[in-house]
Amino acid sequence: MTQPISNGGAPSIMGDPSADGRFGDFGGRYLPESLVPACMELEAGFRSAWSDDDFKAEYHSILHHYAGRPTPVTECRNLSERLGVRVFLKREDLAHTGSHKINNVIGQALLARRMGKNRVIAETGAGQHGVATATACALLGLECEVFMGAVDVKRQFLNVQRMKLLGATVRPVHSGSQTLKDAVNDALREWVATVETTYYCLGSVMGPHPYPWLVREFQRVLGDEARGQTRMLLAGKDPDFVIACVGGGSNAAGIFGGFVDTSAKLIGVEPVGGAAVGRGIPGVVHGMKSFLMQDEHGQVLEAHSISAGLDYPGVGPEHSHLYSIGRAQYVAASDDEVLDAVQLLAETEGIIAALESAHAIAYVVRGAESGELPSGSTVLVNLSGRGDKDAEHVMGRLQLCSSRPCNPVCEGCTSRG
Amino acid sequence: MVEQVFGSIETEFRAKRAAGRKLLVPYLTGGLSADWVDSVRAAAAAGADAIEIGIPFSDPVMDGPVIQAASLRALERGATPTSILQEVAAADVGIPLVVMTYYNIAFRAGHERFAKELQQAGIGGVILPDLQMDEAGPWMEVAEIYGIENVLFAAPTTPDDRMVEICRRSRGWVYGIATMGVTGERATLASTANVVASRLKAVTDRPILVGIGVSNAAQAREVSAVADGVIVGASVVRRLLEGEGPEGVARYIGELRAGLDEPR
Repeated sequence: MTQPISNGGAPSIMGDPSADGRFGDFGGRYLPESLVPACMELEAGFRSAWSDDDFKAEYHSILHHYAGRPTPVTECRNLSERLGVRVFLKREDLAHTGSHKINNVIGQALLARRMGKNRVIAETGAGQHGVATATACALLGLECEVFMGAVDVKRQFLNVQRMKLLGATVRPVHSGSQTLKDAVNDALREWVATVETTYYCLGSVMGPHPYPWLVREFQRVLGDEARGQTRMLLAGKDPDFVIACVGGGSNAAGIFGGFVDTSAKLIGVEPVGGAAVGRGIPGVVHGMKSFLMQDEHGQVLEAHSISAGLDYPGVGPEHSHLYSIGRAQYVAASDDEVLDAVQLLAETEGIIAALESAHAIAYVVRGAESGELPSGSTVLVNLSGRGDKDAEHVMGRLQLCSSRPCNPVCEGCTSRG
Repeated sequence: MVEQVFGSIETEFRAKRAAGRKLLVPYLTGGLSADWVDSVRAAAAAGADAIEIGIPFSDPVMDGPVIQAASLRALERGATPTSILQEVAAADVGIPLVVMTYYNIAFRAGHERFAKELQQAGIGGVILPDLQMDEAGPWMEVAEIYGIENVLFAAPTTPDDRMVEICRRSRGWVYGIATMGVTGERATLASTANVVASRLKAVTDRPILVGIGVSNAAQAREVSAVADGVIVGASVVRRLLEGEGPEGVARYIGELRAGLDEPR
């Protein structure tokens, strides 16, 4: 197990939140009174578990023997040659269930069991967190229900089928924009009604305290691993840049956690249509104070992104804090840049990235071309998930069936034009 | 218990309670239809003791399907916090008006501006279901300056010591949550309703009103056996969504009033 890095005894920027659950001005616990005692119970449960060596040992043991940790760091020689910067990928696409989400849910499912809750609910956008939660619940014998926006049920149907196969119940959400934001709303409503028996397994570093902290701690494993791995590859040095996509921001929080006390520059990549930090207006929704896409009256706006997992108008409060103190910077990638990035990585490195993770690749391409990432610099990208779930959608958008038809032309190619 | 009485709503509610009256506070979604202020007037005339005006929010996590649908309809009609407050300012109903909305509406406007706008519209109190006691301090300081009474919630899951503190800090009244869940009608009154009311009565002298899942005259009567009054929302709003209009509101509030007033 990698130990947290020493930075001369100063408290880490990404350490514990304040007693009232804040990172700087952001975070807190803005939710109905009915749920406050449950959040307090969860906080106490997490503090106790996270200081218990047996709990940590079981968590790390499952991640190692079941989930495939540590995941490797891969140097992308072909892509690097093309871009003029040295690109390394932290391969969360190789973790069990196909994304970093497994780290968090193993921790939370163990916590649910420890707290005596046998029923777990979760929200999901792309379905990655839903699949991971269903997986952890199957492993630990917990009942699982996943709330998923009806729009996302359609565009991520492979993951819906996986969840069902894993024994979970999928509850399509028809309110509002029918995406991740509304799945969170309905999961919160369900939690209010069933809080005494139900554990809410939140999928990202968002929501009321202690979730942003707890999820980051469960994701920190990937950043700690990556720091050790890149030092091996870079003769003891840290990368110049650490880059990750940001929706709620859990994979970014995990990898930033490993490098926040080094000299590496941290960059989060939001979708253009879901740039909560980019627009820079603080707000309060889903239990937290953070940057939030909203109109002049305070109504939350709908995010629009090609990737269901980043289709979220808010962002985890610790990212708002890291931005405010200048420790991390946040940029945005467009849907078209992202599609090009999926294709480029697939063709140069033989890796099909999830649309979410491809936002980070897209920024590397742009940054290398513009010089924001200077020639010769070292860049670590968190490849948070694999793209199988998006293959059909990406093929359609890139029109690959018409530009590269099967030979002889198959029925699929014909029907897709 | 001797507690300091802070605002005019609490003073008025205490006086009515002392006179033996059970308090009735209906909720209506602001901006729901062109004649929504007429429904406010109708509710007042039919025997409401205060009225909650809902300022719709895009993500109402404490609300069930009926109030969600009403919020969406009002937003689609173009209702804004400012338009709702301007329209209701002219209502002149002779009973306290209280705004119910979510905290981001107040946060986005800014505490000062929001409090000022409420005051100018003649609003005496505010209920923010996602601004629980631990986070409410900064807003409540400003609200107090403008004479806006901020009502806090107490839930069936709230521990005793926390309940005491909620009662100490709440203004106007204390909102007892009848059932673990979101707003919406229920076939029967939850067993937790009277438990919450009793627990609150044991620790405070402030008026105790119970809501969330109080759905008809019989249930209102049942819960007000312990509580000082009731809050009804979804059952009012459903009637409006079904097109009943101000007359329907008057009829229903009249029924609730009669149920509460019937000799026990």
